[in-house]
Amino acid sequence: MPFNLIRDKGREGRRGYTLPKPDVEMKELESILPKASLREEKPRLAEVDEPTVVRHYTNLSRENEGIDTTFYPLGSCTMKHNPRANEAAAVVPGFAGLHPLQPEAQVQGALRIMHELQGFLSEVSGLPHVSLQPLAGAQGELTSILMVKEFFEDAGDEGRTTVLVPSTAHGTNPATASMAGFKSKEIGLDQHGCVDVDELREMVDETTAALMITNPNTCGVYERNIAEIAEVLHEAGAFLYMDGANMNANMGRMRPAEANVDIMHFNLHKTFSTPHGGGGPGCGAIACSEDLAPFLPDPAVQKEGDEYSFVRPEKSIGRVATFHGNFGQMLRAWNYIRMHGPDLKDVTDMAVLNANYVRAQLGGTYRIPYDELCKHEVVVQPPQGKKALDIAKGLIDYGYHPPTIYFPLVVKEAMLIEPTETESKETLDDFIGTMLELAETSEEDLEEAPTHAPTRRLDETRAARQLKARW
Amino acid sequence: MNVPDDLKYTKSHEWVRTEGDTATIGITDHAQDELGDIVFVELPEEGATFDAGESFGSVESVKAVSDLYTPLGGEVVEVNSALEDAPEKINEDPYGEGWIVKLRTSEEAELLSPEEYEKVVEEES
Repeated sequence: MPFNLIRDKGREGRRGYTLPKPDVEMKELESILPKASLREEKPRLAEVDEPTVVRHYTNLSRENEGIDTTFYPLGSCTMKHNPRANEAAAVVPGFAGLHPLQPEAQVQGALRIMHELQGFLSEVSGLPHVSLQPLAGAQGELTSILMVKEFFEDAGDEGRTTVLVPSTAHGTNPATASMAGFKSKEIGLDQHGCVDVDELREMVDETTAALMITNPNTCGVYERNIAEIAEVLHEAGAFLYMDGANMNANMGRMRPAEANVDIMHFNLHKTFSTPHGGGGPGCGAIACSEDLAPFLPDPAVQKEGDEYSFVRPEKSIGRVATFHGNFGQMLRAWNYIRMHGPDLKDVTDMAVLNANYVRAQLGGTYRIPYDELCKHEVVVQPPQGKKALDIAKGLIDYGYHPPTIYFPLVVKEAMLIEPTETESKETLDDFIGTMLELAETSEEDLEEAPTHAPTRRLDETRAARQLKARW
Repeated sequence: MNVPDDLKYTKSHEWVRTEGDTATIGITDHAQDELGDIVFVELPEEGATFDAGESFGSVESVKAVSDLYTPLGGEVVEVNSALEDAPEKINEDPYGEGWIVKLRTSEEAELLSPEEYEKVVEEES
């Protein structure tokens, strides 16, 4: 498919605007800027009229699938509806027009939002201290594990070289461990698809810095032994980190601190309904125990009397983002939490109910590897002889964004379906009907899919083997 | 499924051919089939040493990245650098041109016979 670029649609000299005549004396650029600062060639900008711009981007957007155009059951990504009330809050001029370098006295309202959100996340997690700075879940993980590292360095404990990661973990977990300078070791699963506690007992020793656990895990199964797991780690002086990507299954029902989790990240762009997709912007806020709090990123927001201000935690690992993180996402998440209040637990209940409805309806036709009550997402396998990739491509023809496929890695031909709480029974029934129909479709027909998408089946192998990245 | 008689196998789907103190290691036909089209192979450095059970590299397919494990401890004496440009050799000829590393080893490991490996594959599916 040829690239559809806006600059190919223009004509030299065409403009979509006219400016009034200048009322000051015009000068040549060369007389103002030194030669070294001037381009030798003109930039290749699109020279187009306004209708062309509008049509170009509108047409491109119509080739895209997203939560605003279709059901989007992307497992482990919580593609829930983004309430428009959040957007109303985000465009309030007093917030939208802020500059990150304004003095504290001028941004008390924004600081109050951040301080209150820190408190809300603290309440949801049960952990007393929060940083809103990390810009994504993976960065929240890295920040957390760097804090753990700093804790041991500060304590003079140099032997902590290993971070344990279950085989169901998100790929970012072992990546985080190695970026932070640890060696990651994989733990196997028991028959329920949960961390094998006996194996954990054997692996944990004085070199263990932390275990990174996702709960519920990426099979959508609740790690029922989490308190025991915490105990094993704590006895060895190690920390329990919780990947909070799946907090949509926990809100108001399970507070990680009560399972003795020491530190965790949230994805505000998943659990708290802020927009995402295409890589951001996100907010991977973290929450931690008293022990780890001195190492939190700088700055945090504090309240003294009626005044809000920035404060540097005592032994901070430093900044992890420029300025203060993605404030717009914090504002939306604050709004979302305020709208729900204690009813956040209904969000969790409905998300879990929807996932179990899908599980019950697909079971029998699709294989369910861990066939017990799931949390907010369910792993299914296509009927014998069919491939997850082909079913996923088939879904595109029916107008759905496919679920996550080939993850978690421990399940062959995995399809990880997360319906979220905001979908109606009718939407779920339509999706289930399509899934059942695809299960009956011949392999030959499925291999042709997608036939109605802007591009047909892409040659993913060639794209990966002969990678041509440019920007 | 192709499981040659003259090789030994691991539960993690590697094959091993031992000649004197040299062990050649690759992944099985079943493994390449499960992974799908392989697009990248991460090879160890020649001269690197590994303990038995350690990961010495990884293979990446369009579906997943999988670690490679050596059932024997030893020193890497040769890597199949042709795989850097042509990882598809593992899909096309997993027991021949798709070999991955050669280790110098003095260890003897408990490896699976072809029959035992076939059973492992059966149980998994």
